[in-house]
Amino acid sequence: MQKILPVPKDPNRQATASASSALVVEAQGLCKRYGQFTAVDGLSLRLAEGEVFGLLGPNGAGKTTTILMLMGLTEPSSGSVSILGYDPVRQPLEVKRLVGYLPEHVALYDDLSARENLLYTADLNGLDLREARRRVAASLERVGLADVADKPVGAFSHGMRQRLGIADVLVKQPRLIILDEPTLGLDPEAVNQLLDLILAMAKEEHLTVLLSSHQLQQVQRICTRVGIFVKGKLIAEGPISALADQLAGGMRTLEVAAEPGGAELGELLRSIEGVVAAEPNSDHWLVRAKAEVRPAIARAIVERGWSLLHLRHRDYGLEEIYLRYFQGGEV
Amino acid sequence: MRGLFAVYRKELADQLSSRRFLILFALICLAGLSSVYTAAQSIRQEISDAHGVFLLLFTTASGPLPPFYTFIGFLGPLVGLALAFDSINSERNRGTLARLLAQPIYRDAVINGKFLAAFVTVGLMLVSIVVIVSALGIRILGVIPTPEELLRVGAFLIVCVLYVGFWLALATALSVVLRNTATAALAGIAAWIVFTFFVTMIADAIAGALLQASTTFDPQALLQLENLRMMLARLSPNTLFQEATIAILMPKVRTLGPLLITEAIGMVPNPLPVRDSLLLVWPQVVGLLALTSICFAFAYIKFMTQEIRAL
Repeated sequence: MQKILPVPKDPNRQATASASSALVVEAQGLCKRYGQFTAVDGLSLRLAEGEVFGLLGPNGAGKTTTILMLMGLTEPSSGSVSILGYDPVRQPLEVKRLVGYLPEHVALYDDLSARENLLYTADLNGLDLREARRRVAASLERVGLADVADKPVGAFSHGMRQRLGIADVLVKQPRLIILDEPTLGLDPEAVNQLLDLILAMAKEEHLTVLLSSHQLQQVQRICTRVGIFVKGKLIAEGPISALADQLAGGMRTLEVAAEPGGAELGELLRSIEGVVAAEPNSDHWLVRAKAEVRPAIARAIVERGWSLLHLRHRDYGLEEIYLRYFQGGEV
Repeated sequence: MRGLFAVYRKELADQLSSRRFLILFALICLAGLSSVYTAAQSIRQEISDAHGVFLLLFTTASGPLPPFYTFIGFLGPLVGLALAFDSINSERNRGTLARLLAQPIYRDAVINGKFLAAFVTVGLMLVSIVVIVSALGIRILGVIPTPEELLRVGAFLIVCVLYVGFWLALATALSVVLRNTATAALAGIAAWIVFTFFVTMIADAIAGALLQASTTFDPQALLQLENLRMMLARLSPNTLFQEATIAILMPKVRTLGPLLITEAIGMVPNPLPVRDSLLLVWPQVVGLLALTSICFAFAYIKFMTQEIRAL
């Protein structure tokens, strides 16, 4: 029953942003204050056409507030936004016509059928009935819900609702899609389906997608670019691979093991230029360095007549980023 | 406007197919039919003059059943509250409000469309009930209403719709302010009970306290007290509705305030023409309209200025 859309996985997908492609989202110094509390603090964001951008941050970081400001659903305290050339504060209807928004909790009318829910959206977008029916049927087909189109939504599973939410967004044929925590509360199977769907959609229709999530792995799977958003501030931005470097602050971590090891090896390592620190860690040493020091380390060990057993550049794994920036909440 | 009509169409379809509409319709229809049926029976037995009989169908109380207009006065608020107490807050609780407002419509299209749909639902409901009930009365009595009587029934209907419209507006305001639908419903019912049962008592108490009512038989003081009491009671839509319907449905009612005996001397108790009856109730009608507008304006402003994050 469920249609799974095959998506070619390309680990080297890079941002399609280039100087020539038009900017879909441009936010400058966006702030939102609720009384004393600053929900979003000086956010600047640029999204080029065709990008899949992940806004990544723990709960309460201000992701939803940011999205609402982009949609013109809430007014920024300061700063400016431009969505496809329109200002959401001054021209909300133009923005809402071009942007599809899937709120955090996909909300549909339970007593209406899937088709009726989408027809209502089409009506709100001013489509005439014939065009509305055509688009609704196409959207339902697209998300694999055509066979349950006339069942009341109340009986749908969470995953089906989420896909119906996507279909709802597609009805207005938007140019930008904003998804707020689309995978929240889904089982892994449904998450994969949904992510594949979003990715396929973005590719085929050449849509720009902005999605927020606190699930790093999911964001990494489909996003060309990621922004890490903590306590109202965008602390890092770029492709995931570049992000790790940014977060490491130019420092790299190496694992070194040699025979014989011990304290002497530690002293040797510390004496090498560029090495900041060296600490023993189970059967090897962890070296923090500012520059590429692997050749120097290898040379030094060999010159001493020791045997080098292990020398590896340790990547900043996703889990590490997650632990450092999310659970600790330290910026 | 386009967004308004989209919301209106959907809400009207929802209202008309909802179970609560069917239940309320059946309830009022039953109450109205039984009231008019017993009224018609007693009219047949007691009244020989066919003149003005048609309107008596709506105003005659017979046995334990109150007259038709009292039923409307009593059940009308229930209809208004039931159709609108959850109009905004249920959307908010389901989360559909954010999705709705993400569509290219103005924000006020939502509240306007919903109110309009509920208002039209009430209109349809009341008109059909009055038509059904009149048909039953005509069938039993065999008397065809005169154009003047039809005009009066039409005016009565307008007052009824306005009266229920007030309760719709109040319920809409409650649904904007109160997040919880159950709280909104209970607050509405509390207002209904206060306005229906306690307004006269409260008006008595306040008027008495303000004028230091004495037990002396000073006619000036008594008149003053009575006038103040009535003005206070008229803050309640129920009082306005009662007065307006009585004057419209009973052509012989010449005044809605206290009548001095000196004024009544030499008065010919013939019925008033429609125009004069309408003039008599004009302040009441405007009062109802004003109360409705105040409630709806409050709901509108609240809704328009609410922070979306809270939605």
